[in-house]
Amino acid sequence: MTEPLLDLTPEGLFSPALGAHIDPHRPVARAIITHGHADHARAGHGAVLATRQTLDIMAIRYGADFAGQTQVADGEITMGRARVRLVPAGHVLGSAQVVIEAGGRRAVVSGDYTRTANPACAPFEPVPCDLFVTEATFALPVFRHPPPEVEIARLLASVAAFPERPHLIGTYALGKAQRLIMLLRQAGWHAPIHIHGALQRLCDYHVEQGIPLGELRPATMDRAEARALSSAIVLAPPSAFASPWVQRFADPVVGFASGWMQIRARARQRGVELPLVISDHSDWGQLTATVEELDPAEFWITHGREDALMRWADLTGRRARPLRLLGYEEEAE
Amino acid sequence: MKAFAALLERLAFTPGRNAKLAHLEGYFRDAPDPDRGYALAALTGDLSLGRVKPALLRGLAEERVDPELFALSYDYVGDLAETVALIWPAAGAEGDLRLADAVESLSALGRVEAGQKLAGWLDTLGPSERLALLKLATGGLRVGVSARLARAALARVGAPEVEEIEEVWHGLELPYRELFAWLEGGPRPEAAALAPFRPVMLSTPTDAEQLDPLDPAEYAAEWKWDGIRVQAVAEQGTARLYTRTGEDISAAFPDIVERMAFEGALDGELLIRHGEVVAPFADLQKRLNRKSAGKTMRTRHPAALRLYDILTWEGEDLRPLPFNTRRTRLEAALTTLDEPRFDASPILDFTTWEELANLRADPPEAVIEGVMLKRRDSAYTAGRPRGPWFKWKRDALLVDAVVLYAQRGHGKRSGFYSDFTFALWDGDALVPVGKAYSGFTDEELRRLDRFVRDHTVERFGPVRSLQPRLVVEVAFEGLNRSRRHRSGVAMRFPRINRIRWDKPAAEADHLPALTALLPPEVTP
Repeated sequence: MTEPLLDLTPEGLFSPALGAHIDPHRPVARAIITHGHADHARAGHGAVLATRQTLDIMAIRYGADFAGQTQVADGEITMGRARVRLVPAGHVLGSAQVVIEAGGRRAVVSGDYTRTANPACAPFEPVPCDLFVTEATFALPVFRHPPPEVEIARLLASVAAFPERPHLIGTYALGKAQRLIMLLRQAGWHAPIHIHGALQRLCDYHVEQGIPLGELRPATMDRAEARALSSAIVLAPPSAFASPWVQRFADPVVGFASGWMQIRARARQRGVELPLVISDHSDWGQLTATVEELDPAEFWITHGREDALMRWADLTGRRARPLRLLGYEEEAE
Repeated sequence: MKAFAALLERLAFTPGRNAKLAHLEGYFRDAPDPDRGYALAALTGDLSLGRVKPALLRGLAEERVDPELFALSYDYVGDLAETVALIWPAAGAEGDLRLADAVESLSALGRVEAGQKLAGWLDTLGPSERLALLKLATGGLRVGVSARLARAALARVGAPEVEEIEEVWHGLELPYRELFAWLEGGPRPEAAALAPFRPVMLSTPTDAEQLDPLDPAEYAAEWKWDGIRVQAVAEQGTARLYTRTGEDISAAFPDIVERMAFEGALDGELLIRHGEVVAPFADLQKRLNRKSAGKTMRTRHPAALRLYDILTWEGEDLRPLPFNTRRTRLEAALTTLDEPRFDASPILDFTTWEELANLRADPPEAVIEGVMLKRRDSAYTAGRPRGPWFKWKRDALLVDAVVLYAQRGHGKRSGFYSDFTFALWDGDALVPVGKAYSGFTDEELRRLDRFVRDHTVERFGPVRSLQPRLVVEVAFEGLNRSRRHRSGVAMRFPRINRIRWDKPAAEADHLPALTALLPPEVTP
């Protein structure tokens, strides 16, 4: 019997040939990390293999000693009885797919990915394979993310209509915030953008990595300054909206940038006045098109709405397996 | 459809009245005729297409999407029109559809044809426009815009005041080209409708202190009835019943309209009255919420008019005359009419403010919510002029309740816990009896917010459940029976009157103290 390319263990996905877990949600001896979001990249592993940028991001979030030892995934690496390389996933800065080859077969663990161009990171690189492991965060045919430019235009139209009301946009600190800033710059918004303190270090890191974010100002101003703002865009992590921090702003327009904003009930639940459908994940069309493009003999579904992808596999005669991995958030903060 | 869809999208998520007005104003300024007219009618509920039923819609979608995938999606989204709008497969290039073309075609087509037409349009539209079209076709935009708010937005577009717009409103015809032309500087539309609405005269609140320097002899006083203020207009064979904002509610009150055998415009209170006994407001509300009134409804809750004023009579405009003269004319008109369901609100006998205060404190009926004061020489003028008319409402009812839940506010109160659910004791348990959003100062709001953060037990999204510690004195205007609330009662206009930081929760009021305030049930 040939050794399986991948296996499911209580810690998460495991490659017996590599002797390593991929994005395990409990501490393990050896981990390969696809990207820096907290639900995929946890501290406390023995050894971590990841891209340079993911390692940097983990060090920023958890401190330099987040793992026993680290290794930058540079080119193809032989590990145990297999070879592994990391290729871009297009999700956030440093995000990668894990390509594993052993016994003449290839598996790709895509982590989280999107096919929509993201000015803040390298685009998804399709790698044909025998086994493809996909996410399913937005795996329902109702999820069709509009072009992000359209959503940015809606934000700017709102700022023009209500210049006296600061626009407070909820965004995740890693990836979404920088992408939003880049999209605003591309849309011609060159004024300073205010950012909550929780976004500062990761924005600084993007700038160090050569991603120009333009002028950013801290949003930790006092009440008088906050009330004097005009035509202001302020970015903050979602948790800030429940904290007294938000009270300094007079009559803000509260927005939120997320793929979930496509569903009205979800937007209302969050009390959002300006929902912006901007996602770092694949929508239904991208998920199904990617599987069709790679045409693997089998695909596995890690987390999300796997029922619909399973049904689609049925309808299109593909082999699929739901992993129902626990521990992954719907979207990391 | 793009502009209309964008408007609906913003309105659906905008809680604030001012922001809603700004969105509406922008749309009415920019959108062309006749689209904006149809949009206005759709928003005010004056456009009833509603030909496309949910089953048909679902059928159309399932011809294009696997039913199981559709079911999974619908389950997640929770709204049929939204699911269809999002899931509809794009077919070919995205185009746009004139709102006017959509409305005109849909109103001309039968149900099946409308469905086919709809499918063709959905193929060419983007998701936001698809949703707007589907909401239009199935009826019910549900974006929290009342006809009154829409008219207030129109008043911001041009010079005419909202009262003037209300006055011509019922004579207007779709798609309201004349109205928009008027707002943009054109001539005022002719009052084409028979029995048009006249802008209402409103009063300002007062109290004993403000009344003190005034001469009681210059004022007439009446009871303030707890019904709804209406205007009954009958002219040249057309009879209409309007609310004070000009909504035509004739269809819901045929028992009033059929008795309006006069030529004129009367101002009064709509009540439910059994013989001489006036029923509580809740009974009237049962009829207000309906589009029409069946026989059972009319027998069980018979409507009556208690009249305050006379605006026109047999072709004569009486509004410039002094109140005293109008009152004499009103009484004469009622004598001629001899209609048992219409009577005049009695004039109270008093000579000093103290005497009036005593009357106010002990009204003969539970449905009286204070007294009205009208200068005897006042003409009937539209709007809310300060001075000629006062309302002196009875003191609010008070109860000490325990705050159980808090929710974050919107707009100016973003980030503050400002919406409170409060409860009374029922034995050892606390039973929620209402919600309040107002009545505190900014300073108190900050202190309340701190209290919420420090005493949270559990969080559910934007809501927090709290340790039962904080007592607030809740003021409210009245109480109705309610089957929707666990406590069995619903308060009218509850607000926080005082925060009792000092009072232990165990000393808050018990539910029976509240239910004792319920009005007696009146049955025919």
